[in-house]
Amino acid sequence: MKLLPTVAALGLLAATSLAQAADPNLARNLAATCANCHGTNGKAVPGAGMDELAGTDKAKTLQKLAEFKSGAKPASIMHQISKGYTDEQLDLIATYFAAQK
Amino acid sequence: MTLMKRRDFLKIGAAAGAMASLYGCAGGGKASGHVVVVGGGYGGATMAKYLRMWSEGGVQVTLIERNPTFISCPISNLVIGGTKTMEDITVSYEGLKNKWQVRVIQDDVVAVDPAKRSISLAKGGNLSYDRLVLSPGVDFMFDQVPGLNNAAAQAKILHAWKAGPQTVALRKQLEDMKNGGVYAISIPKAPYRCPPGPYERACLVADYFKRSKPKSKVIILDGNEDVVSKKGLFMKAWSDLYKDIIDYRPNSELKDVDAGTNTAILEFDKLKADVLNVIPPQRAGDIAAKSGLKLINNRWVDINWLSMESTSSPGVHVIGDAIFPAPTMPKSGHMANQHAKLGAAAILNMLAGSPPSPTPLVMNTCYSYVDVKQAIHVASVHTYDEATKTMQPVKGAGGVSAARNEIEGKAAMGWAKNIWADMLA
Repeated sequence: MKLLPTVAALGLLAATSLAQAADPNLARNLAATCANCHGTNGKAVPGAGMDELAGTDKAKTLQKLAEFKSGAKPASIMHQISKGYTDEQLDLIATYFAAQK
Repeated sequence: MTLMKRRDFLKIGAAAGAMASLYGCAGGGKASGHVVVVGGGYGGATMAKYLRMWSEGGVQVTLIERNPTFISCPISNLVIGGTKTMEDITVSYEGLKNKWQVRVIQDDVVAVDPAKRSISLAKGGNLSYDRLVLSPGVDFMFDQVPGLNNAAAQAKILHAWKAGPQTVALRKQLEDMKNGGVYAISIPKAPYRCPPGPYERACLVADYFKRSKPKSKVIILDGNEDVVSKKGLFMKAWSDLYKDIIDYRPNSELKDVDAGTNTAILEFDKLKADVLNVIPPQRAGDIAAKSGLKLINNRWVDINWLSMESTSSPGVHVIGDAIFPAPTMPKSGHMANQHAKLGAAAILNMLAGSPPSPTPLVMNTCYSYVDVKQAIHVASVHTYDEATKTMQPVKGAGGVSAARNEIEGKAAMGWAKNIWADMLA
């Protein structure tokens, strides 16, 4: 039973690597689709009420996104947007934003 | 800018272009060259910034824009409703110039020569490019409304569908209208720029009337058979908030106008209004529609969705409202910004001798105010589908608001501030 998450993680890694091989800038390009609301490279305009994603811990972003996707976290719009991205894509996006200073 | 400086800049651009073609075939190299972007709206401004940012300054970018500042169409209905000012929706090009070193030229492009990779400017002179991006938005088909096909009629019956002087002028007409007057808005058959925009405008004009001229009416003459966007939410707002003000009339396509009497002429009916606001039928902006690019329905540019490149003219990319949209994809500022990022990534790959990403994704968020504080949204996510060679909406994603609310009214302004910065700061 303990193996299962590892297998899933490996599967995720494989899918991510394949997608990135086809587009080395995939994480950057996917993260850019969030910038309209959350700011260029996740640096939101201060005081405009949008969550800052730049420099946010990857696990924290991923957990939030998973909760939006499952409906566990109430939202006005993110529950609808997050469902448009695969888990692999969200992983790339969260990794990209975590690395932004 | 002096001519000398411009010539020097062109030389640098041409030299960088030559380098790009020398090393272009190697693949996987660093992008270099000169990209000319025509139009500094939601699409073009984003394109200019992202080309500079993602190439880390390796690609020279010239942006040609006819206006001295950016004025946003989104949020402009609040200016027409009287709760925001033009200053609130105006952003300068200084960020693009100073922070991103984009060469911004205030001019009009009058011709494109894809074979010579060159454009001609209205004030004189040509610019050569390695890749060209056209982001001209829409132009109006005034020939479809004969009575509106002259300057005098257009000065009286406004569209205010490009934010700027017409936004101010329409607000003035509404302020000057008597209490008890009729404001009529004509909506063309889809597709047109900003599908929910006309319904939002009707709400905000009605909200203004409710506050200041309560005997007045708003009549929506919709050329479509039904509300094109956010139907349930708009209809609920009309019945809850504006029951005795808004009169919605579907299947009311405008055939002509009598500018002398401010009369809208429909197929079987006529309507005289105190303020007549006609949003005319639209097509790709002139420079995209008249440069020999392949059009669909003689109106919208046919593009390759992996690169935003014209299917007929190599080296010419087209983004924003001017393109033939993918299924369910709206003509919105948000979507133009997303086209720009898809296109910028593709152009940088191509300038470096690599193919564009095979897996692009774009998404849309579109807020509409139904009164001065409450808003509603529609959202969607679209990914490239190899079988149909277009972007398809992701099933199960996207949707509209559960109900109008003030949280989304605040989010709409947060959206505006962030997207303006994403384009221009």
